[in-house]
Amino acid sequence: MAIRSLLGALRNRLILASCSRSRSLSTLVLAEHEAGCVKASSLSAVEAAKYLGEDNSVSLLLAGSGPSVQEAANHAASCHPSISRVLLADSDKFTHPLAEAWAKLVHMVQQNGSYSHIISGSGSFGKNILPRAAALLDVSPITDVIEITGSNLFIRPIYAGNALSTVRYTGSYPCMLTIRSTSFPLGQATTQLKPTAASIDMVDVSNFGEGELVIIWYQRDEFLCSNSSQHRILAPVVFSDSTYDNNALGKSKYITQSSQDTERPDLGSARVVVTGGRALKSAENFKMIEKLAEKLGAAVGATRAAVDAGYVPNDLQVGQTGKIVAPELYMAFGVSGAIQHLAGIRDSKVIVAVNKDADAPIFQVADYGLVGDLFEIIPELLQKLPDKK
Amino acid sequence: MKILVAIKRVVDYAVKVRVKPDKSGVETTNVKMSMNPFCEIALEEALRIKESGRASEVVAVSVGPAQCADTLRTGLAMGADRAVHVEHAGALHPLSIAKILKALVDVEKPGLLLLGKQAIDDDCNQTGQMVAGLLKWPQGTFASKVALDAESKAATVDREVDGGIETLCLDLPAVITTDLRLNQPRYATLPNIMKAKSKPIKKVSPEDLNVEIRSDLEVVQVAEPPKRKGGVLVSSVDELIDKLKNEARVL
Repeated sequence: MAIRSLLGALRNRLILASCSRSRSLSTLVLAEHEAGCVKASSLSAVEAAKYLGEDNSVSLLLAGSGPSVQEAANHAASCHPSISRVLLADSDKFTHPLAEAWAKLVHMVQQNGSYSHIISGSGSFGKNILPRAAALLDVSPITDVIEITGSNLFIRPIYAGNALSTVRYTGSYPCMLTIRSTSFPLGQATTQLKPTAASIDMVDVSNFGEGELVIIWYQRDEFLCSNSSQHRILAPVVFSDSTYDNNALGKSKYITQSSQDTERPDLGSARVVVTGGRALKSAENFKMIEKLAEKLGAAVGATRAAVDAGYVPNDLQVGQTGKIVAPELYMAFGVSGAIQHLAGIRDSKVIVAVNKDADAPIFQVADYGLVGDLFEIIPELLQKLPDKK
Repeated sequence: MKILVAIKRVVDYAVKVRVKPDKSGVETTNVKMSMNPFCEIALEEALRIKESGRASEVVAVSVGPAQCADTLRTGLAMGADRAVHVEHAGALHPLSIAKILKALVDVEKPGLLLLGKQAIDDDCNQTGQMVAGLLKWPQGTFASKVALDAESKAATVDREVDGGIETLCLDLPAVITTDLRLNQPRYATLPNIMKAKSKPIKKVSPEDLNVEIRSDLEVVQVAEPPKRKGGVLVSSVDELIDKLKNEARVL
């Protein structure tokens, strides 16, 4: 009991200390990782953090289990000059990115760190987790930010991108947002290694899921070491918060994931995207689009009609409810150009449309339009286009 | 088991919206309004679960001004058993809606809460996740397949994620938000539209539910997106390749 009150006092002091710091900016980026690397969409969130203001210290939160997350943490520590600290939660509870565990982790890390902003990319990972964490922290999150014009002023598209809304966040810290990664492209600097790596701190989640949570912050003396005995304990903090009782952990279980293995570039970050619509008529014919993409070193996209008809899997869908792309070249074949599809391609640099129907709405946004039968035009393109490789 | 479905009245998806000249928002007077397409899918799923005998009652809920009653009536015509209308005239953000839904769940005690993954007006994609967090229930977002097991009180949910499909198993009660491919919503038939008129819509206010409406977001302005300048039509593949190479320089 005595220990608990002592720790309680310590926590109060930490909270006081963090309040006095609260005027300065500090951002927590929720990051996704894959195959030992932080995903590019998460680094776009780091990029976005720069626009919040000067002297913004950026911490990256990674969660996972085993060597792959350790490797990702090492990658995170040196992959972007803005990242000053990496927080690493390594536990089998995070083997899969379940919203219940992640939201709670964010809540816990926020109570300990008092960040002014919490950001993630607005992919399925960020959109699943961040609003849940925001509810636990009792703040309104802001979805799919495309422009940051101050620490509390954001622009985001509404009505499938047919209007842009400027919103001011007037609530208490933290201000939580997901950002559209195509609006915050990674600069050249990020491809170079940083001279000094950011520190990696372990978040102790051994008691995660109990009624009472003990969070211990370790400082890793040497960032490559992974043996916990070499960690120096900075400050133990005990939370006995009623919100942790009756929690949602363990109520959701990961079963499986079917992923589309593809050697083509990622749809969200490709330089060229080739998309097919309903007019392709069959999955067989859609292979022409894939061939063309191969030739151009492009990613393949599809409209909802093509996905619903079963020509391609749904993760290729581009539009309001699919992926948002902003490539240098976007080529649409047999795509009519419904509002919901245009919402996903509006920021492409050059749009090319090939369609039989000269009145198709896609021609109103296309830089270059070609009216004709795609079954004649695609083979001709395949023949005449220069090889990329 | 009871299923609660949250539905929202939005500008019809086929309407080309216009931004108001004073930039205060989007023109919504004299514009066709309908049930948000994702909410239709959520309601359809609830009805199918009931029809398969794994649920006893489907309750539709909507929060908003008096006209929301029309949207609820549509939901009743599709097959919902009864409706709850939380009347509130002003602007509401997902956090307030989530608190209202939580309060309703505490009253109605459903075994499953279904929502659409996002509303096509504010495009937020937040409410389901937030109410799940407030209730401390597990969440299955962007669902493209839902299988309920009444015996083990669990739901197996296929989710549309960036790289493909992810399958989760959730203990009930749970919150599930629906993606486009979950199902094809039914049309309300004329006899059912007539029957819906006699189904009850209960009206409550946020105050009745002890939910304080506050907002930590302020809309500064709503503007038109920058227009893409008109392009050109080319007449042949050769011309297209030439333009892409020499004019746009993207090849």
